[in-house]
Order: sequence, then structure tokens, then C-alpha cells
Amino acid sequence: MTTTTTKTTTTTGRRSLGEWWNNLNRFQQWAILIPLVVFIYALPELNPPIITTEPGYDFPIAMFEVARYALIAIGLNVVVGQAGLLDLGYVGFFAIGAYVAALFTSPDSALTKLPFLAVLPIAMAITMVFGVILGSPTLRLRGDYLAIVTLGFGEIVRLLADNLEPLRGNQGFQQVGHPPGTHADGTPIFNNTDGTPWYWLTVTIIILILVLVGNLERSRVGRSWVAIRDDEDAAAIMGVNTFKFKIWAFVIGAAIGGLSGALYAGQLAFVNNQKFDVVTSMLFLAAVILGGSGNKVGVILGAIIVAYIPARFLGIAEYRYLIFGLALIVLMIFRPQGLLGARQRLLTYGRQAYQRLLGRGEQISHDASVSTDRNGGV
Amino acid sequence: MTLLELSGVSVHYGRIKAVSELTITVNEGEIVTLIGANGAGKSTTMRAISGIRPVSAGTITFAGEDITRLRADLRVVRGISQAPEGRGIFPGMTVYENLDMGAYARKDRKNLAAEMDHVFELFPRLAERRTQAGGTLSGGEQQMLAIGRALMSKPKLLLLDEPSMGLAPQFIQQIFRIITEINKEGTTVLLVEQNAQQALSRAHRAYVLETGSIVKSGTGKELLADESIKEAYLGVA
Repeated sequence: MTTTTTKTTTTTGRRSLGEWWNNLNRFQQWAILIPLVVFIYALPELNPPIITTEPGYDFPIAMFEVARYALIAIGLNVVVGQAGLLDLGYVGFFAIGAYVAALFTSPDSALTKLPFLAVLPIAMAITMVFGVILGSPTLRLRGDYLAIVTLGFGEIVRLLADNLEPLRGNQGFQQVGHPPGTHADGTPIFNNTDGTPWYWLTVTIIILILVLVGNLERSRVGRSWVAIRDDEDAAAIMGVNTFKFKIWAFVIGAAIGGLSGALYAGQLAFVNNQKFDVVTSMLFLAAVILGGSGNKVGVILGAIIVAYIPARFLGIAEYRYLIFGLALIVLMIFRPQGLLGARQRLLTYGRQAYQRLLGRGEQISHDASVSTDRNGGV
Repeated sequence: MTLLELSGVSVHYGRIKAVSELTITVNEGEIVTLIGANGAGKSTTMRAISGIRPVSAGTITFAGEDITRLRADLRVVRGISQAPEGRGIFPGMTVYENLDMGAYARKDRKNLAAEMDHVFELFPRLAERRTQAGGTLSGGEQQMLAIGRALMSKPKLLLLDEPSMGLAPQFIQQIFRIITEINKEGTTVLLVEQNAQQALSRAHRAYVLETGSIVKSGTGKELLADESIKEAYLGVA
């Protein structure tokens, strides 16, 4: 088919990379994935020269930061990239997750103490509730209005953390919990000076979330999100319950944000009101936009850039907002879809159906169908 | 039998009343057209029927059921399907995926192939373009896609909003011919048009809308012969 061939020749690297990957069989995909995953897990132990952030910044901790940003970017991508809802207050969910972890594990809190791993699902559940509370009234709004309300939400959470007595403001919560397990000498495996176990835990969670989110994207839910993102009214007249699916995107994104917040609190073993400002929200969003909104691999790449570069080049860390800002402007001019843009395979019938479709290219003449009736027209 | 009935329907955009106390009936098996100038409220009426614009007064009844407050997505399940003005296709999805989205509300997703073949039969051009992104199609092709997509849900009532807008004359005739064909297959059609000549000659009945109110109604033939209509909409002095 002529249309297909012209298309393949004019595609960019991004498209052909995705196509190349989709054209590999399962075995080939695994043969690439498994060594890659092993390498990713081994990274903090390998501490490769050039890539390493030391001596300036502890490499395993830097890797945990990168993984944490990647998890956040994956969550925010569900909201911004998949469903097309501009959320400028994502840090609010992140903060709620961190505070839930602190409240249930820190000795500074009056609440019952729970094991850290049990707190992770609780943190997700509570942020989901906040997702519904924020989403129900605001998701009836569109575009800019939604962005402004979510921006306000992020600020409200931060101000609550500043001012609510039980949240202890600047003083914060010490000794936030961590997962169980001790080394031979009795020191805990998960402590705030060794980033490696936290990195491993986060990478494992990322893989689980990627599988879950990937399955969602390929389901009816994912198709609904893409339809809403493309044209909300058109989605509604196709029979998509737009409000329901927007809430779902919001709530799933919130849960992932809460989860990363709880992990952050655990690794740092300390939570106070300092790290949850609007700028942090923007940095999260920058990771998504930079990497390629709507593309899971893209947003992970974006997160790596946003989290790794300031740790690697400490000299420029101070100017990172300036640099990311400029990078975003340049990107919006030359590559508005981000480094790795989104292209959804929406067919629910899977790959084989799609290939059958691509192969089927009978030529049908359209001229024959033009009417001979000549009395119309304007 | 009455399929769709609007009685006393008003629609507001903020404080501005776009449609005022509209009463329209569409019987099963008919092509009914709504003609009028720009800004007469035609598209607003369509949006109120499909449910993406809330009505401020009046009731909409479909197949005997009051759907005035029913959500847009549930109206699709009831059998109302719309090809929106300005096409409103999904630009990022391929032709095939767009058509697939058209069948979103259907429970019997196994029989989609037959429906899709039917659409490709009506619009052979779409078959050629099936793997192409909707946004890269020409205006006429996008219009075909919008109509084809609306047919994928096997609607009882098909709402067509300005299907001839921006099309070359040969395409306009083709589109209207296909509308008649769709109607003959048993789908009731409510058609909004600026191209009054074509619309009136295809329609069983017609309403003339002016600044949000019905000013005239009758059969297509009657209105086609009406002097004031000729003057205002057909460009015949």
C-alpha cells in the first residue's frame, strides 16, 4: 500500500525504534529486556566511571533519586500523558504519601505505629481518596482551569503542612520507618545512608507499576484516555464516560504519587514541610514533557535527565531550573512531542490483528462512487 | 412513530441564549433537516441532543424515554450517534482506530468486521487510508471518517452536523447521496446544513432556524418551493 510505504520512509527515529521493538518476537524482546534489567539492578554496585556522580554525590543515593523521579514521572504520565489532564499540583499527592508514611511510622507521631511495607498501600489508598476529593469537582473543568485548580491544590497541601499543628511544620517527623531486615552486624539494611536497597526496592516497584499501567493502556480504559486526550467531546459522543475515566486517571496517578512520596519519606527517614513547593511540581512535569508525554519509556528518560544531571554535574545544579527551562523551550520549538513521543497502539485485538491489517491493502477505486447528479453544490 | 422529540428546548452559553424554546419532532425512518444561517443555533441544537451541551429548559424525548438529563455516553448506548461539526475525529488515531472508537459503546464487539466493511463500502477512500492517522486526512476524508465512525455504533438516530462544510462540490453530492443510502438502510437522520438546496431535496421534512427559533417548517419539497426560503437560503431572487 502506497500510504504505508511513504509513511515508513518518512518516520523519525522514535517511530522506527518503537516499530523495531514491536516487530521483535517475544523471545528477542526478553533477550534484550533481561540483561537490561540485570544491568539496571546492578548499577549502584557497578558504580561505573564517568556515569558515577561521586565524589560529589553518593552514587547509590543519586540512583535512588533517579528511580524515585522515574516512578513519579510514570504516575504523572498517566494523568498528563495518557488522559491529557494538565496537573500542576502533583507534588500535593507526593506530599500526602510522604506524610502518611511519617504519621504511621515515626515515633514523633501520636498515631499507632505500623510496619513500613504495610504503610505503602495505606499511603496509596489515602492519596487515592484525595484524588477523588480533588477530582470530583475539578475534572468538570477543562484545560487551563484544571491546571489552575490543581496548582492551588498543591499549594493548599503545602500550606496545610506548614500550619496544621499535628503535621509539625518545619520541625517534622524523625525516624520515619523503613522495610524490615538487618545486616550481620545488626544495622538495618534500609537506612538513610545506603541508597542501594532503596534503589532496588523502587526499581522493583517501577517494574510492577509499568506492567500494571501497560495493561491498563492496552485495555478499554487506555483507549478511553487517549480518546479523551485527543478530543473530549468526540470521546463523549462515542459513548466514553469521560468523567469516570478522567477520575480514574487522576486517582491512579495520585496513588503512584503517594507511593513515591512514602518511599521518599522512608529513605530520607525524615519528613518536614520543605520539599513540597510548586517548583518541585514543575520539575516533575518537566520530566514528563521533556521525555515525551504519553510514552512510558520517554518519561522515564525524562526523569533520568531531570534527576541525574543535577547530581552528576554539581556545578550546574544551582542553575538547573534555568537549564531545564531553556531545554524545554528549545524542545517545544524543535520536538514538541518530547524526546520520545507517544504513539498508541489502540487496537484491543493485539498485534497480530494489526499486522494482518497492515498487510491487507486491496486497491479500491473511489472515482466510481462519485455521483453523476449535477444539480447540487453551492 | 416519533423517535426524537424536542419540546420547548432552550440552551444557554452563559447568559446568552443560543437556542430558544425549540420544538422539533423526528419520526422513525425520516431524514429531517435543520437549515439556517451561521449562528442560528443549529449546531447548539445538535450538541444538546447528543448531550455534550446541557439544556436550560424543555425536554428531549428519545424512543419514548426522557433523556433531557441523561449523560452523553449513555445516549450513545440508547442509539444516538453524532458526526460532529468540524469533523471532530481523533487526529492521533488511525482511520481504523477511529472507526473502532465509533463502536466503543457496543456490547457485541465481535461483529465489528461486518460494520467496518460496510463503512468501507460506503467510503472506499477510507479503506485506502485505514492505517493513516486521522489528522493527516483531507477535509473531505475526515468528514467521511466522522460519518463512518458515527455509523459504527449502529445508531437508531444519526446526527449529522454540516457534513458538506468545506467540501468540493463533487464530494458534497457524494456525501448527500450516501446520507440517502444510509437512511434507506433504516437509519433515521437528523441533518444540519447550510447547503439548503441539497438538504431540502434530500430531506422528508425540514425546519428553518433563525436566531435560535424555528421560523418555518414543512416537507422538503414545500420549503424548496417557498419564495422566502428561496430568497434567503437558496440564492434565488
